[in-house]
Amino acid sequence: MAHYLLHINGASLHVAAPSDETLLSVLRNRLDLTGAKYGCGEGQCGACTVLIDGVPTRSCLIPVSAVGGAKIVTIEGLGQDGQLTPVQQAFVEEGALQCGYCTSGMVLRATALLRETPQPGHEQIVHAMDGNLCRCGTYPRIVAAVQLAARLQARAVPPEGARR
Amino acid sequence: MTPQHIPALEVLPASESSGPQLDRRDFLKLLGGGVLVCLVPSAAMPQESGRTFGGHELPKEISAWLHIAADSRVTVFTGKVEVGQNIRTSLAQSVAEELRVAFDSITMVMGDTDLVPWDAGTFGSRTTPTMTPILRAMAAAARELLVEMAARRWNVAAATLTAADGKIVHAQGARSLTYGELTRGEKLVKIVTAQEALTPAREWKIAGTPVPKVGARDFVTGRHKFPSDIVRPGMLYGAILRPEGFNALLESLDSAAAEKLPGVQVIREGNFVGVVAPDDYTAHHALAAIDARWKVPPQPSNQGLFDYLKSHPESGENDAPLHVAGSVAQAMDTAPIKMEEQYTVQYIAHAPLEPRAAVAEWQNGKLTVWTGTQRPFGVRDQLMEEFHLASHQVRVIQPDMGSGYGGKHTGDPALEAAHLAKVAGKPVKLVWTRQEEFTWAYFRPAGLMEIRAAADHNGKLIAWEHHNYNSGPSALTTPYTVPNQLVQYHPSQSPLRQGSYRALAATANNFAREAHMDRLAHAAGIDPLEFRLKNLDETRLRAVLQAAADKFGWGHVPSTPERGFGIACGTDKGGYVATCAAVEIGDGGKQVRIRRVVQAWESGAIVNPDGLRNQLAGSMIQAIGGALFEQIRFANGRILNPHFAEYRVPRFSDMPEIEIVLVNRKDLPSAGAGEIGIIGLAPAVANALFAATGMRLSHMPMTPHGYLPSPPS
Ligand code: FES
Ligand code: FES
Repeated sequence: MAHYLLHINGASLHVAAPSDETLLSVLRNRLDLTGAKYGCGEGQCGACTVLIDGVPTRSCLIPVSAVGGAKIVTIEGLGQDGQLTPVQQAFVEEGALQCGYCTSGMVLRATALLRETPQPGHEQIVHAMDGNLCRCGTYPRIVAAVQLAARLQARAVPPEGARR
Repeated sequence: MTPQHIPALEVLPASESSGPQLDRRDFLKLLGGGVLVCLVPSAAMPQESGRTFGGHELPKEISAWLHIAADSRVTVFTGKVEVGQNIRTSLAQSVAEELRVAFDSITMVMGDTDLVPWDAGTFGSRTTPTMTPILRAMAAAARELLVEMAARRWNVAAATLTAADGKIVHAQGARSLTYGELTRGEKLVKIVTAQEALTPAREWKIAGTPVPKVGARDFVTGRHKFPSDIVRPGMLYGAILRPEGFNALLESLDSAAAEKLPGVQVIREGNFVGVVAPDDYTAHHALAAIDARWKVPPQPSNQGLFDYLKSHPESGENDAPLHVAGSVAQAMDTAPIKMEEQYTVQYIAHAPLEPRAAVAEWQNGKLTVWTGTQRPFGVRDQLMEEFHLASHQVRVIQPDMGSGYGGKHTGDPALEAAHLAKVAGKPVKLVWTRQEEFTWAYFRPAGLMEIRAAADHNGKLIAWEHHNYNSGPSALTTPYTVPNQLVQYHPSQSPLRQGSYRALAATANNFAREAHMDRLAHAAGIDPLEFRLKNLDETRLRAVLQAAADKFGWGHVPSTPERGFGIACGTDKGGYVATCAAVEIGDGGKQVRIRRVVQAWESGAIVNPDGLRNQLAGSMIQAIGGALFEQIRFANGRILNPHFAEYRVPRFSDMPEIEIVLVNRKDLPSAGAGEIGIIGLAPAVANALFAATGMRLSHMPMTPHGYLPSPPS
């Protein structure tokens, strides 16, 4: 067991874990942050997606020892004071879920996409999200939710010139 | 039935009000004051009228109950479970409708065997046609009871009162009382039968509307706890040693290295070997450290599978045909248009994104298991039998789970976790790995369908013979009008463990039938839509067929080698579906892309159009997998592709443009809609592929290798 100081959702957390234990396992089984899901453990489904320094990352593939200095955001860390982010809000409004097991990974992947590409086209969304599986087949609604989130986000952040 | 006053009961202190020690008796006490309405099927109606239920088990035959508290909050208890099909929302809508209360004043308690009435399980599209009327009848009865109470209180005729917005109102609002105020905190029990007059669909205000999914916020914030997220105090993590193959025998086992790991306990009961450890990482490392030798007997593989299924009938099964009419043999003899063909479907996996999981906890002789299952009471029965326990000693709790699609009927991880927890003396969590999920669950049956059929010169069907080997009898009988028929299901000895899957064999039988209809249409030189309509008297199916064709623009544009159009329809379990597909053939005739799908659907009165559209689109997308590429590969008792990397499921990039046409029949009872939307896509795609390439692909999946076979030269 080694000791790590992890920066998760704005907090610094101490955790003791073997160096090769995956970040997903540490989050779920040692820190009770169960928003990141196990879907395959092999990088194939995206259910375990978290943001590491803003980059969407499969937490089932990365050992805890590799994320020491990084800023980690899990689904629990999105939004503030009970406010949903535009992406979360859009998933609710579009009803972009059935069982909801893929949802946290989808929301985080979409969040990263919209940071890079604030107004993605259909093809860009499909391409960016293709590594995330939804067995319930809610893909069309997720695409619609990402498009809606882009609009909500554009509304929330006024264009440069409008700001003082 | 008049309400019965029951003696006031002590409300349990809060410290005892949660946790696994709670049983149903305590729970009923906890409900506090208010009205409790129980529904029994009329045949089982208790005759004695002085029966009280305070502090006692309610009769077994009760199928649901509903409670209105002193603060007017409504709680509904049902054994059905939410797995993504949205019944937590749609059932609450129906209750709100009949009770005349706001949708969000309702809480649904589901799938907890200590709190809800017994239920067979959530499958077969039964919730909407059976549970919805039960809950509506209860709600209507509760409303009537409240009206009577108000009438007595005000000493007026009940007919002068109305129920609206959670209140009983007299004389257009001159005075009113909320439901909670009316009960005055008293404990009232009313037992009703399912014969209350229900609000007709045409008058629905809450049911029939697109109410958003309950609790969606908890899913987008990660707050919802799925079965695999449950944590109990002092919990250990388990892992199970899996045999090297099916039907394997354990020859030797050396677990010394595993047992040296800190906190690890190896548990062995015959062929069952598992480990528990303080954390999940250690549990799986310990498992890997076990040296086990297995003897795996030789077993069948995909090679020759369909011959195997045909030549290995399940002995002792009833082999009578499902349907016989006239003489197929005679009709075939003289028919001008004949067609005979074999169709096959491979084993496929449900692959729910949340693998099977359970947390088991023993406390004072009582076993509580949190697990993802479509049959909480079925799992409770399994646990009772396995551990020789009475029903009050086992509680199964089903948190809304990461779906099942028919794949989570059994309690395998619940049993495994319970064994581990019993020996370890601590709660144990067990989450199957993806590989275990792909290997040790059960599969959608593989099957062989043999059809021979004939039509006359005018394109009228005259003979239809359809045999299904192993995959199942669902939707086996044809909805078309045919004078001579022989339809038969032949159960086989399956080389793999098999079980339910969304829509059961309706997918396989409809694929075979609708592909065969397409062949006959072409042989008769008649447009496939026209050919179907010519042979179809079933008006509900005709209606969706026409609706899908109209929306799609069927027949407006001819197919080309690059783009083919196909049509198919089908019905089962009260759902009527028709599907048109446009496929694109790329990469020099090798690549298949489904570009556009139009699906029309009718299942009676629509309870929630938004939830319905979500289910239908999801069904169509899930159907793409079975149609084009999903297939379990196996040999000698081993699954050869137990990973998403090798078992391809539909992704964003497989998504076609989807259009859904809903036919709302408010004059007809609502049927379930979670399953049958899956059966139209595969044959529509097969027929579209033929239209483009001239090739008939009679096997599901149609492109197991990811590309089309080269056309015969
Ligand atoms: S669990 Fe990490 S990609 Fe599937
Ligand atoms: S909503 Fe069930 S896996 Fe996506």
